[in-house]
Amino acid sequence: MKSLGTTFLRREAGIVVMIVLFCLVVGAVKPQFLTLNSLRIIFLLVPLIMIGAMGQMLVIVARHVDLSIGSILGLTAMASGMMFRFHPEIWWQLGFALSIGSGALLGLFNGLLITLFRLPAIIVTLGTLNLYRGITFIMSDAKQIDRQYVPTALKEMSQDSPIFGIPWIIFMSFGIATLTYWFSMHTRIGREVFALGSNPTAAPLRGINVSKVTLTVFTISGALSGLAGIMYASRWGFVNPSNTGNGFEFQVIAAVVIGGVSINGGLGTALGTVLGVLLLGCVAAALPLLGIPGTTQNAIYGAVILVALLIDRLVRKQGQRQNVARAAA
Amino acid sequence: MSNVENPALAPSREVAAPRPAWRIFLIRPETMTLALLILGVFAGSQLSEFFLDINYILKSFTLYAEFAIVALVLTMVIIAGEIDLSAASNMALSACVFAYAQQTGAPLPISIAIGLSAGLFMGLFNAFIIIGLKLPSIIVTIGTLTLYRGLAQIIAGDKSIRVPESFIGINNVFIGGIPAPVIIFIILSIVLGLVLGTTIFGRQIYLIGTNEVAARHAGVRSKSIKIILFATLGLTSAFAGLLTASRLGSVRYDLGLGGELQMVLMAMLGGTYIFGGRGTILGTFLAAWLLVIVTTGMIVANWLPAYQLCVLGVLLIISIIATNFIYSRTER
Amino acid sequence: MTNPETALLSARGISKQFAGIEVLSDVDLDLMPGEIHALVGENGAGKSTFAKILAGVYRPTRGSLSLNDQHVDITSPIVAQKLGVTLIHQEPISFPDLSVAENLVLGRLNSAPLARIPWQKITRDAQALMALLGVSIDVTKPMRGLSIADQQMVEIARSLASNSRLIIMDEPTAPLTPKEVATLFVIARRLRDEGRTIIFISHRLEEVRALCDRVTVFRDGHKVATERTANLSDSDIIRLMIGRPLKEYMHKQGSIIGEVALKLTNLTLPGKFHDISLAVKKGEIVGLGGLVGAGRTDVAQAIFGIAPAASGAIEVNGKLVKINSPTDAIAHGLAFVPEDRAQSGIFRTLAVEQNITAAIAKRIAPAMFISRFLERRFAQDSVAKLRIRLASLRQPIGELSGGNQQKAILARWLLTDPSILILDEPTRGIDIGVKAEFYDMIGELAAGGRAILLISSELPELLALCDRVLVMSEGRLTADIPRREATQELIMQAAVPRSTHQGVAA
Repeated sequence: MKSLGTTFLRREAGIVVMIVLFCLVVGAVKPQFLTLNSLRIIFLLVPLIMIGAMGQMLVIVARHVDLSIGSILGLTAMASGMMFRFHPEIWWQLGFALSIGSGALLGLFNGLLITLFRLPAIIVTLGTLNLYRGITFIMSDAKQIDRQYVPTALKEMSQDSPIFGIPWIIFMSFGIATLTYWFSMHTRIGREVFALGSNPTAAPLRGINVSKVTLTVFTISGALSGLAGIMYASRWGFVNPSNTGNGFEFQVIAAVVIGGVSINGGLGTALGTVLGVLLLGCVAAALPLLGIPGTTQNAIYGAVILVALLIDRLVRKQGQRQNVARAAA
Repeated sequence: MSNVENPALAPSREVAAPRPAWRIFLIRPETMTLALLILGVFAGSQLSEFFLDINYILKSFTLYAEFAIVALVLTMVIIAGEIDLSAASNMALSACVFAYAQQTGAPLPISIAIGLSAGLFMGLFNAFIIIGLKLPSIIVTIGTLTLYRGLAQIIAGDKSIRVPESFIGINNVFIGGIPAPVIIFIILSIVLGLVLGTTIFGRQIYLIGTNEVAARHAGVRSKSIKIILFATLGLTSAFAGLLTASRLGSVRYDLGLGGELQMVLMAMLGGTYIFGGRGTILGTFLAAWLLVIVTTGMIVANWLPAYQLCVLGVLLIISIIATNFIYSRTER
Repeated sequence: MTNPETALLSARGISKQFAGIEVLSDVDLDLMPGEIHALVGENGAGKSTFAKILAGVYRPTRGSLSLNDQHVDITSPIVAQKLGVTLIHQEPISFPDLSVAENLVLGRLNSAPLARIPWQKITRDAQALMALLGVSIDVTKPMRGLSIADQQMVEIARSLASNSRLIIMDEPTAPLTPKEVATLFVIARRLRDEGRTIIFISHRLEEVRALCDRVTVFRDGHKVATERTANLSDSDIIRLMIGRPLKEYMHKQGSIIGEVALKLTNLTLPGKFHDISLAVKKGEIVGLGGLVGAGRTDVAQAIFGIAPAASGAIEVNGKLVKINSPTDAIAHGLAFVPEDRAQSGIFRTLAVEQNITAAIAKRIAPAMFISRFLERRFAQDSVAKLRIRLASLRQPIGELSGGNQQKAILARWLLTDPSILILDEPTRGIDIGVKAEFYDMIGELAAGGRAILLISSELPELLALCDRVLVMSEGRLTADIPRREATQELIMQAAVPRSTHQGVAA
């Protein structure tokens, strides 16, 4: 849709500029940052976050938030990991169905609690964050799924592909981003997510089924976290009941808000979110090169969330001022 | 319960019959918490004779006293219609700042002061963003939750920082047979219970949480009160962080990790209304004991820690559903 | 003229009650195809309620509607839309983040949830509609940032897109400039000529005269007349609107009017009100009349420090004061009973006694700690004095009736012992019996030496209670009428906006 494009491209162009500037500055200090190899590093860092961010974007556009995605990632990765370990005879590709399906169910459960009991998403997902993590421990008996159990073919998806040797998971993450773009811009239910977030009180007046839309976004968020779960097993080759997916939600929320998705709902694009993810990826890839320890990452995510909130507020204030000016004219 | 019904004045259809006092008491969420607590102790005593040993319970409570202390102030923040998820991260960062300060040679009292002021500063920082910049506390404190924990990680790295011997062991200090952290929790409960329940400051917290616009119309300085609450929460978190450091004997960046769940859970379980305006310190006080009984029960029963996570998560969801339900029934 | 055979929509015996109070009684009305029909009446006369019933926002308590002689049940705005009835709100409903074109189709896309949306067709259709209406709105831009006039155009376009036969415009011209009003009228006439019916709700009689074929006058929830506009003069319409027999309320007993208690000089808040200068003396009741949206509440909120004025001066008892918050205002002896009780007045879930004592922190808690004894005594005294009906002081205030809630709010402010009392629509939504009690109370308060500024949209209320009536229109004071000269006609004439005359004459 051209219309939305022109309005939001400014924000997206801003993120592109930030990415370019950041890369140039880091490149000036450490020239090896501007090589193909570091590009590869960046692109291997981002697929999981990108897939999680697509779901979270829809949730935030609908004026909710999903804190449980890291635990869903952990649980679904563990589900597939255990299938690999205890039933190696099963066709390994079914792991995708298992992870995505169980993720969708967990997301649906979140959505049901939120719509049926009219509870705030933040508290519900804070609860399920812990619930899902606990279930992961219980079903795995607190044992890690080690490298030897994860099918080699699955691990290779993160290493290689016939197309220029670009790993499959990169294609998959961009594929999901494209699908999300399609869903959010070109389907009725996708547009209803934006309408709901843009004006929740008016949405039912226009015949939008608020419960259905809410359930949809949480189910999608869960399903995509499930996909991220099996991709975690592919990327890292192991599944740990406590580490896998821990803190994932903060990286994803940081990426989404820096990508221009408004916490006030109704605003956000798949492209912006992709750029937000890439910016975070660049930062994460640059840290070791610059000799900054990896321990700073969390602080950076936190700062990024706050800065993005401030930008969001400034943009909104400016918009209001323009409106006033226009009304006065 | 006085009843000022005047038959000459109340003939109208619009005036409801007053509810009997016992019903008003029974449908309070705190009553549920108390009932659950009694049930928990009873079930526990069937499980193991440990439960009838008050010393064992008190000892178990020291593990949760830090979160419980913070939960008391958090309760007031939630009643005022806001929320703060960053308190557990604040505990970690304050403790790390404290440990770092004394490691670099600052004398103990100075280090403690530095740690506490760090917590106060974090609380004020939250308040500045939420009240000064008018951003929603939910999402802001998700940001500061990540930020404070991340800063703690920068300060402490992946190592533990030892704290001086003289500072270790507050949990083994007994006053009249009761561990010091528990004493602190009880004293703070009484103080905050009095503040919230009997002072004008406490009353105005309820007014703000019930209807902030009306409260401002009535001359309540809602911004100042909220800033005070966030600042107090920051300071209390730092204090709790130092208590934790003293109990553990060392400080790591992951101190109190995930504690926001326990804190929010204690408040919710005690009947604090997530949308503000309702709740009591007594409820949170009872809920803290209930939580200790439940987790201790699970430990005694040899349940995996994982089950505890599940139970806590489920409890949180059930407690808000129940609280919302109770309040929707009392409101007509 | 009203031949049911040809009517597009017929209403029979439409009545509506809110919380037991009847706001609309037995309204019969036939709307013809191809007419512009005005609904006029004072605030609260029932015209907007009637319009909302037609549009499915409210369900009538009694009565029936038929569309082209078919009985219809308009159960929701969506049903109304399907039947071809569209209500255009003064501030249109919009999804600010979505494009204009999308706002036009939202809710009307019947495709499968995942089917591709035909954006190109939607955009083209939207552009065609805008061209049809003769307005230049870029349909690919988001709604956020459109002027109110353009948003109304989008709503009109929306009603055309769903091929509405009845378009209801609820005070559409209030926020518009004269030029925008002229454009709106051109379009309204064109729609009428296409055979559609338009209901036009307005306070501006000039506009009604310029645009409408017939006019229906509402008063106190009743339809009092339906006539061809040409057959009625302006004064006829005003007389019909206010024509109720003037009830003799208890007039205030001659209180002694003292020196000036509250004085405003050139108070201005751009966009809200301009150059407001007025004075209220001790013992005096000054009425502030005008239409909804004239800026009266904004002035009150500025005096009380809720939304302070940008310039101008406030003097209290002869001293220049700075009021930046309600806390300041209270300290200077002001009290303000706001118009919107639910939003800015009551603490719904809290006990009546806590509601009554909310503004006297220092008096119930002399040393920080609340004295339950003092709290109860203050509350009990107030309940007795104002005759508040309740079951228990500990009852949540939400359980009381509107009148008793309002008494409790008044009690709250009387406890602060104010020297200046601002009452904003104090009797709105209150039973007639309790209203009389309020009038007595207001009179007694003035007799006790308090200065009272009474904002009211009810003309008889102003006439019966006030020593002087000031009138505001479009953010400015337009009249200052002493008691013996005040008539409903005079107030109404000063209240009706005059600034748009030139634009309307077209």
